[in-house]
Amino acid sequence: MSASADKPILELRNVSRVFDGIRAVDNVSLSFKAGEIVGLIGPNGAGKTTLVNLISGFVRVSGGDVIYEGRSIVRDKPHAIARAGIARTFQIVQPFAQMTVLENVMAGAIYAGHCGMRQAQEKAMECLAFTKLASFADKPAAELALANRKRLELAKSLAMNPRILMLDEVNAGLNSSEIDQAIAMIHEIAGQGITIIVIEHLMRVVTALAKRAVVLHHGAVVSEGPTESVFRDPQVIEAYLGNKFAKHFAESMSAMPS
Amino acid sequence: MIFDRPAIIKLVVGVALFMGAAIAGGLLDNYQLQVGTSLAMLSVLCMGWNITGGYMGYPMLGMAAFFGLGCYIDAIAQVAGIPVVAAWLLATAGGALTAALLGLALLRLKGHYFAIGTIAIVEVLREVSNNWESLTGGAVGLNVPILQGDPETVGRFFYLAMASLALLAFLITIVIDRSRFGFGLRCIRQNEQAASMVGIDVFRYKVAAFMLSGALGSTAGAVYASMVAFIEPKDAFSLIMTIEVAVMTMLGGMGTIFGPLAGAVFFVVLREFVWANFINWHSGILGLIVVIVIYFVPGGLFGTNWKALFRRAARPRASVRSQPAL
Repeated sequence: MSASADKPILELRNVSRVFDGIRAVDNVSLSFKAGEIVGLIGPNGAGKTTLVNLISGFVRVSGGDVIYEGRSIVRDKPHAIARAGIARTFQIVQPFAQMTVLENVMAGAIYAGHCGMRQAQEKAMECLAFTKLASFADKPAAELALANRKRLELAKSLAMNPRILMLDEVNAGLNSSEIDQAIAMIHEIAGQGITIIVIEHLMRVVTALAKRAVVLHHGAVVSEGPTESVFRDPQVIEAYLGNKFAKHFAESMSAMPS
Repeated sequence: MIFDRPAIIKLVVGVALFMGAAIAGGLLDNYQLQVGTSLAMLSVLCMGWNITGGYMGYPMLGMAAFFGLGCYIDAIAQVAGIPVVAAWLLATAGGALTAALLGLALLRLKGHYFAIGTIAIVEVLREVSNNWESLTGGAVGLNVPILQGDPETVGRFFYLAMASLALLAFLITIVIDRSRFGFGLRCIRQNEQAASMVGIDVFRYKVAAFMLSGALGSTAGAVYASMVAFIEPKDAFSLIMTIEVAVMTMLGGMGTIFGPLAGAVFFVVLREFVWANFINWHSGILGLIVVIVIYFVPGGLFGTNWKALFRRAARPRASVRSQPAL
């Protein structure tokens, strides 16, 4: 039991992606354990979304390998990766706008979730209840407000029965109480043994969710470890706030009586 | 597959319609049979188009390419001595295969590019049939062996053949509408990226839909060629037809079960009663219809929520619909 639990469910080995000479993702090696929540942070343009795109097969790697459950998926197509159990949400929500909320979630259950049509309906209702969208089931997805659209993305991904869930800024644009609800929801999902990778800009969300954080900067991992200590890493502060401020910050930290 | 009550009602209504048409065939005179056969043929083409153009939302303007291909496969096969029904099946297979091969290239295009790509296929195939004289007879055309029997029996045979094909197309439509395949096509119509992210094999679905459209178009062409017993390039690969089929289906409602049928009926009625008397106005009227449909009822007859439309019209103008915030 413990031996298999320690084995990573997802492993990135020296993954790179070059866009027109720019190394958007540069030689990244990471591993994720089953059931853990990992925060993926970094300034704008650090390569976070590209990394998610590489894992989900949406963008092809320029080099390196992605191992999922002991098998390389680096050549698999996006739909095959989704069916194998890796779900993702999009930073800019991508609903099937003219379908109902229920049908949107059913889509996740039917294909990646391997459900029959009727079974998919039940599964979708469960996921809608979980994400508190049940009352919107018959509304067209286009009519949802932003917070609910984000939840719809989450419900759709859950219906896929994923083993890994990558959440690309699901909390961006939400207000404080909506964020608290989302955090509780994500904890509950992780409790079911689903590995969660959260891309997030809001520090308080990352601290509330993830025990472990990975910081990307210019496509490379600059820091990795327990969330608390990652946030104190001078290199991370430098990545976010620039060289000058990092120095100033370090000085004022050391000047403070502990 | 979910066959709920509305779907079963649609199935029963549809099948009853075709049964009625088949029985009525015994009572119709020659002219009526001809109109009925033409209506059935257009229904098949519209239902075929509806799979790619309606359910999947790819603006296909290539039905005439498959239709013409079916004409020539049938004609050439029959001239070579292959019996009539076998020649039709050959056309079905040929249409599906051609659609698969063309689809591998064309289905990488989207929107207007796809529309233009498919219209080009019609032109290319017409030029091929115009110039490959040893096989197609070129611009002179090709005679197809005429079926033995008195004209009335033969006419009735083709009427039933076309109606059966229409019934088959209808059954395919209703299965697509209710199945995970059709559900996937509807997802693709709205957002291909999201569709692949929920695990839909988008490209394979697109090719499969295109093949169904191609097979139906080609089979209709084959039956038509056997019926008229003579084909020529400008008749087989007609640009007007390729556009008309799309317009008819839009008129009836794209991506709906009865839309293509309703569109074909409307069109045939228009042709028989209006154009027969105002032949010079033909193109003008067609153009007007296209504009009206696209501007006012883009969903068509069966794709528009008429109740909501009338409710909105009855209400004072102040009730501006709030746009969902993005």
